[in-house]
Amino acid sequence: MSWLSCKNLTVSIGDTLVCQDLNLELKQQQCWALLGKNGSGKTTLIHTLAGLRPAQQGSIHCQQQALSLYSAKQRAQKLGVLFQHESDHFPTTVLEYTLIGRHPHLDWLQWESQQDIDIAEKVLQQVDLLALKHRDINTLSGGEHRRMNIACLLTQNPDIALLDEPGNHLDLQHQVETLSLIRQQYENRVLLMSAHDINLAARFCTHALLLFGEGESMQGPVPEVLTTTNLQRLYGIPIEKIETQDRVFFYPQ
Amino acid sequence: MLHKSAVIIALSLITLISFLLAIRLGSISMTFSDIIASFSQQDGLHHQLIFELRLPRALAAFVCGGMLALAGVLMQALLRNPLADPYILGVSGGAASGALLAIMTGAGVLLVQVSAFFGALLSIVLVFALAHGSSSWTSNRLLLTGVVLAAGWNACISFLLTISQSEQVHGMLFWLMGDLSQTRLAGWEILFLLFITTASFVMARPLNIISRGELRASALGVNTRQLRLLLFFTASLLTAVAISLAGSIGFIGLMAPHILRLLMGADHRALIPASVLLGGSLLILADTLARTVLAPTQLPVGILTAILGVPTFLYLLYRKNA
Repeated sequence: MSWLSCKNLTVSIGDTLVCQDLNLELKQQQCWALLGKNGSGKTTLIHTLAGLRPAQQGSIHCQQQALSLYSAKQRAQKLGVLFQHESDHFPTTVLEYTLIGRHPHLDWLQWESQQDIDIAEKVLQQVDLLALKHRDINTLSGGEHRRMNIACLLTQNPDIALLDEPGNHLDLQHQVETLSLIRQQYENRVLLMSAHDINLAARFCTHALLLFGEGESMQGPVPEVLTTTNLQRLYGIPIEKIETQDRVFFYPQ
Repeated sequence: MLHKSAVIIALSLITLISFLLAIRLGSISMTFSDIIASFSQQDGLHHQLIFELRLPRALAAFVCGGMLALAGVLMQALLRNPLADPYILGVSGGAASGALLAIMTGAGVLLVQVSAFFGALLSIVLVFALAHGSSSWTSNRLLLTGVVLAAGWNACISFLLTISQSEQVHGMLFWLMGDLSQTRLAGWEILFLLFITTASFVMARPLNIISRGELRASALGVNTRQLRLLLFFTASLLTAVAISLAGSIGFIGLMAPHILRLLMGADHRALIPASVLLGGSLLILADTLARTVLAPTQLPVGILTAILGVPTFLYLLYRKNA
């Protein structure tokens, strides 16, 4: 059963056509990589799939019901987004920030309980930020800020998580550890992540969607879609691959 | 950062002290035993002074200050801009134009208030209609519309000042700087402030989230369109009421929320009640100084809010960065 699907989806932003008549089904236990050049519309597509901006055409369904029929709150329980950029002007602590992820699970008059705090702290522990829980978020480094955003999403704990370049700003250790953590927590749910690091995508994802620009796209299981031919077409430069015993690595020539 | 409940308790004490000071100080100073004695002497001079002059004026100052500070909190959350103050969208310009027109025609206090209020409403409706347009509301579009309209209102104000009789200009300048000497509460203003404070407090969790960005809030299940409209109208209405009571008193709406954010963070559950208390007590103190410091001359309270507020704010900012 597909958890998030779109039919005949056409999305454009400015003069850029992101996808045309796109049919996509994200099923349980799948992890999708969304690849494309700068400006190909990965972020726009993620926002559209999350119901945050209207599509030009087509329909989006979330677990057999049209996404637009959900209330904002119900939608936030089903579907969460990790944004590429988040800017913050107002001081707050790491724990307070992470706790906003509990918002869709609370009644409108309810405040966060000790149970919610426990959930947030557990997630902060997992992304290696618990020691900084009382720090002002404006004093965090780029990578720490990124992990806090990820912690906020994991605190929200939606069934479907759409991640916009989750590996940004993360050092090698935290890239691997944090993505493994997300992958493991979403083993039985649905993930989609946009990325520029093909090898990271190949390592964690089961399926891939390539956006070639001008509305053209290609999708399928990672071993079928991530080939040097497709990637050369995608990025417009010659790409080589190295195969080891259990994995494949791509690099520009 | 300081503990939130400690800050609120301290602010409640400061509010109480500022009320006491406002009652005690003036052309006739009173000791605390005078004040206590005046409660039983219904016909004494002190009783009259407290219950007919000083207490109503202090209460008016508290309500106006509280409204401006709360409007500042809401406007900053709406625009996600720490530089936003209650006047940034031009509400004060509309109110000032209305008030000055009324003063020009020689109208009394009540008519000036009503005229200011309708000027403010006109400005609110204009900003809303223009910023709303056909496309969606973005913070920047709202901000720019408001700032441009405010510039237009400023031209109106300068024009009215230029063509007015010189004896009226004095009163106009007092109004423009903010002045509580003519202000009397009818009573409903207190309930209005209480109601909006409670309502905003209930909305504190969505407010925390929307001040982190509209997309973010939307993805977390906040109905951002509804909430932003509500914020816009609530903040504008609070400003309109405060300004029609006491003129455009500056700094309170910008600084009270900021001082508190520097002290205890941006959680609206604490920020909302604390801002009302700080804005209110700051204006009582400023007004008490305004009527005593050069007595018998009374200064416009707006000058004093700036003199009190600017160094306090700079100190906190500097201490924070040090």
